[in-house]
Amino acid sequence: MSTQTVAQNKHLVIRETTKQSKLAKSALRGSVLPVVVLIAWQALGSVGILPAQLFSSPLLIVMTFIDLVQSGEMGMHLQISLTRAFLGFALGGFLGLLFGVIVGMQKKSEEYLNPSIQMLRTVPLLAITPLFIMWFGFGELSKVLLIALGAFFPLYLQTFLGLRNVDKKLYDVALILEFSRREQITKLMIPAALPNILLGIRLALSAAWMCLVVAELLGADRGVGFMIQDARSFMQTDVVFVGIIIFALAGKISDSLVRLLENHLLKWQDSFKA
Amino acid sequence: MVATLEINQVSKTFKNENESVHVLDHLNLTVNNGEFVTIIGPSGCGKSTLLKLIAGLDSDFDGTIMAGNLKVSAPSKDRGFIFQEHRLFPWLNVEKNIAGNLPLKKPDIRKRVDDLISLVKLKGFEKAYPRQLSGGMSQRVAIARALLRNPEVLLLDEPFGALDAFTRTHLQEALLEIWERNKTTMVLVTHDIDESIFLSRKVVVMDAKPGRIKAIVPIDLPYPRTRTSKAFQEFRSVILTQLEHHPAEVEDWSI
Repeated sequence: MSTQTVAQNKHLVIRETTKQSKLAKSALRGSVLPVVVLIAWQALGSVGILPAQLFSSPLLIVMTFIDLVQSGEMGMHLQISLTRAFLGFALGGFLGLLFGVIVGMQKKSEEYLNPSIQMLRTVPLLAITPLFIMWFGFGELSKVLLIALGAFFPLYLQTFLGLRNVDKKLYDVALILEFSRREQITKLMIPAALPNILLGIRLALSAAWMCLVVAELLGADRGVGFMIQDARSFMQTDVVFVGIIIFALAGKISDSLVRLLENHLLKWQDSFKA
Repeated sequence: MVATLEINQVSKTFKNENESVHVLDHLNLTVNNGEFVTIIGPSGCGKSTLLKLIAGLDSDFDGTIMAGNLKVSAPSKDRGFIFQEHRLFPWLNVEKNIAGNLPLKKPDIRKRVDDLISLVKLKGFEKAYPRQLSGGMSQRVAIARALLRNPEVLLLDEPFGALDAFTRTHLQEALLEIWERNKTTMVLVTHDIDESIFLSRKVVVMDAKPGRIKAIVPIDLPYPRTRTSKAFQEFRSVILTQLEHHPAEVEDWSI
């Protein structure tokens, strides 16, 4: 028995290391293209083929980035943007989840609410933006509400979908085991809908970032979007690039965090080989 | 003997827009306490439907079903149910699946879950998820889950139908062991003649279109039974004759 366990452990260790080296290899392969592009970009810029006005060289962008961080300007813009994104996402996500659960659980509320929500969903957000600015002004409220609206729909849709797809066969089991109504929700519906809900969170996050950019580009006096807009009017291409990179990083980091959560919460799934 | 289940004049019709199918026709059956009964019949004879009615999963039928002194109207943990598929919650590991809505933190439940895990021979797999288990192991978890609720009767709907022959034989033996130890009343639906003779004291042979009970064959062989024995073979031919004397079924086979 014990030798068997040792053998198994050894096997596991070997598998673990091969897994790691495989991961390292795939990371290496994935970074080839961006590195080549960066080197080419820098080279073409230094030789003067790329116009410096429109394509700041990667090195200059890095320097600008460091300058912006050191001056504290970056921190200020990033903080205000993150606060907006977080508030909007929290508000819209919470409401999306709430309405998704209500509509997913009750046929009647689906009949009352779903058609209207589906209709609103098809309206492009950019079309609503002017209205939001007229109603709520250029202040924080209109921005947060726009982000909330963007985050609402994906989470609403996925929660609703996840709850509706709960296996009827497992529902029969819950009936036979005499689950209370509450247990049916907490021990059957929610866990079964969790893959969809997490996907909804990821989609809502990317929608929130997008709406944040829209809101800040349209009118703001602070924030990363404002920084980009402001730099554009002074032809500071390097600052524009820094802003874009910041948005890309923020989006990627928040998405990775949710994926980590997914790997943890959905480790029971067949398709998740964490 | 006390009757655990009394099925009285039960009829069931499935209706859809343009036709209605009469699945069960004035069925009467009594299952005594501690008995092991199997129900066998051609597909479409309503044997699985009957089991769902007994479980309370479908209350749209005529006639009455009494479980103990109570009329069946809704599912109850007193009537455990094992489906053809294991139907474990994929997000729970083995021990949490068995516990279900009962708190594993309570010492008495913890102990009984542990006992059941050793009863179904799954020690060492407490923390495994359903996707990591074989079909036979999953079905044993499902059996443990039902037994934890101390059911008066265990209803089994072709529980081993989807398993390979070796696993099936193994689980049939395991089920008999559980039955002998716990004295739980068992009602098992199957289309496997050998399985019905190997397991039960009473084989209920059903007829299709509409579903009726054609014969009840008592199996008075001592346990454990050997499939190759002469007496076993005789019971097999008795039941086979009962099943074959069905014109509709012969038609089905000839297609």
